[in-house]
Amino acid sequence: MAYTVPRPKLSLLERTYFPTLIGGLKITLGHFIRFVQGKGKVTMSYPEEKWDASLPEHYRGAPTLVTDEHERERCVACQLCEFICPPRAITIVPEQIPAADKFAKVEKRPKAFEIDMIRCIYCGMCEEVCPEQAIFLRKDYAITGTTRAEMVHDKTRLYELGGIREGLVNKWNPLK
Amino acid sequence: MDWFLIISSGAKIAIITFGIILPMVALCSLAERKVSAFIQDRIGPNRVGIPMTLFGAKKDIALLGLVQPLADGLKFLLKEDFTPKHVRKFYFWLAPALVLVPALLTVGVIPFGSSIQVLGKQIPLVIADLSIGPLFVFAISSLGVYGIVLAGWASNSKYPFLGGVRSSSQMISYEIALGLSVIPVLMIFGDMNLGSIVRFQDANGWLLFPAWGSGWTLQRWILLIPLVISFVIFTVSIFAETNRAPFDLPECETELVAGYHTEYSSMKFALFFLGEYAAMIVGSALIVTLFLGGWSIPFGHYLGLGAADAIGNWWVGLLHVGCFLTKVAAFIFFFMWVRWTVPRFRFDQLMRLGWIFFFEIALANVFLTALILMLVK
Repeated sequence: MAYTVPRPKLSLLERTYFPTLIGGLKITLGHFIRFVQGKGKVTMSYPEEKWDASLPEHYRGAPTLVTDEHERERCVACQLCEFICPPRAITIVPEQIPAADKFAKVEKRPKAFEIDMIRCIYCGMCEEVCPEQAIFLRKDYAITGTTRAEMVHDKTRLYELGGIREGLVNKWNPLK
Repeated sequence: MDWFLIISSGAKIAIITFGIILPMVALCSLAERKVSAFIQDRIGPNRVGIPMTLFGAKKDIALLGLVQPLADGLKFLLKEDFTPKHVRKFYFWLAPALVLVPALLTVGVIPFGSSIQVLGKQIPLVIADLSIGPLFVFAISSLGVYGIVLAGWASNSKYPFLGGVRSSSQMISYEIALGLSVIPVLMIFGDMNLGSIVRFQDANGWLLFPAWGSGWTLQRWILLIPLVISFVIFTVSIFAETNRAPFDLPECETELVAGYHTEYSSMKFALFFLGEYAAMIVGSALIVTLFLGGWSIPFGHYLGLGAADAIGNWWVGLLHVGCFLTKVAAFIFFFMWVRWTVPRFRFDQLMRLGWIFFFEIALANVFLTALILMLVK
């Protein structure tokens, strides 16, 4: 059996449509007056006002590379981020660390590390997949440029944005 | 030939069209965007001002976005005027003009001020002091439907066609309610000259606010009942006639893309836009003139700001013009306010409202008014 939803019985006054019309006009006028008084404003006028101060800790901005406290590049050029990157924004050219280098024990480092910021979708998969915690998403969101070449972040630019990150990598941390 | 009359009429036409109506239309387009924004808790256009950066300065002067209409107009003028291949060219080009012209023509009979003294002569502030004011307005403004129908038909594609069909049936339906609802007003005045209608209201209280002069009579206050009914029907019919929301079915975006002006671009589209706003201004002016005392200032009779005081006093004349424009602006705000409150009607609801309710109520209202006029002295 089909169930018929009972319709509300409207009084004669309600059927004239005027009470609801006036109620609606009251609501919209209320919003109008509140806004003119400067109370109802929710819009942020972007270039003048920015949300930088209230960005959450977990905000996913531009991906960057970091060095540890000994100025060693954390990236060991395992290329996991390159493989997981959904839009294929990351390009890595690995190289062997020469034996004379003081970090020769680490064996590998990126010769070139490029992130195409036109392609990047800020998903944060590179950060999640990185076993060395070398790549982090920072809070920079307004990445602009006038040429395509300008929008490709190379290694020096990535380290410049990322800076130094101290502390033990999670995989060596027995507490994690 | 009376050269003074010709020159003063020409001056009035130029000043009203290019000094009042067209700037008002431009401001209306900005006001609509601002009002809609405020009602929805947004900011609205607030950037366009004086582009100081063009002259090498660091920052633009925003002026609350008041220059926005100018930028919009420039954009419309500079855009490509595209005529699709499949349209009937002659009518396609004719239609936008046919929408704008009637709307502007009807301004001619509406008194926008009492009179003003120039070079020692008293000039009545109405372009054509016709003795058939409301009739002329209805006759001309109903021609506006031709522009819309022609646009819909000449565009030779289905959405404009449906829009045109809808608009013609809607405008014809509401013309009846519009005409009938104004009859009680004319019965009370016994006059069709809009100028003398306003002068009467100036001396004896507005129709909806008979509070001075000979307005303190039992008859005038009992007449408020049919007059309020007539006012409501007239206002709603004006909404329908000008294709404003909640009766904007001819151009409802969700069903018909843009209705009759789907195929139009650049300035031809802007002409439709201008026509709609001009019709809205004229409609508001007509409501104000018939029901709310036109240019008359409330209690102006006692304050020394009545019609007689404008003779030899140029600033009283200007004050009357200002009062008229204020009332019209308030009504335009009401139009916008309603647009952003009430959702669009369904077409059968629209027709039902026009034919089953307004037509009958307006007709009964005529008899009610006649009874009151006869019985209550």
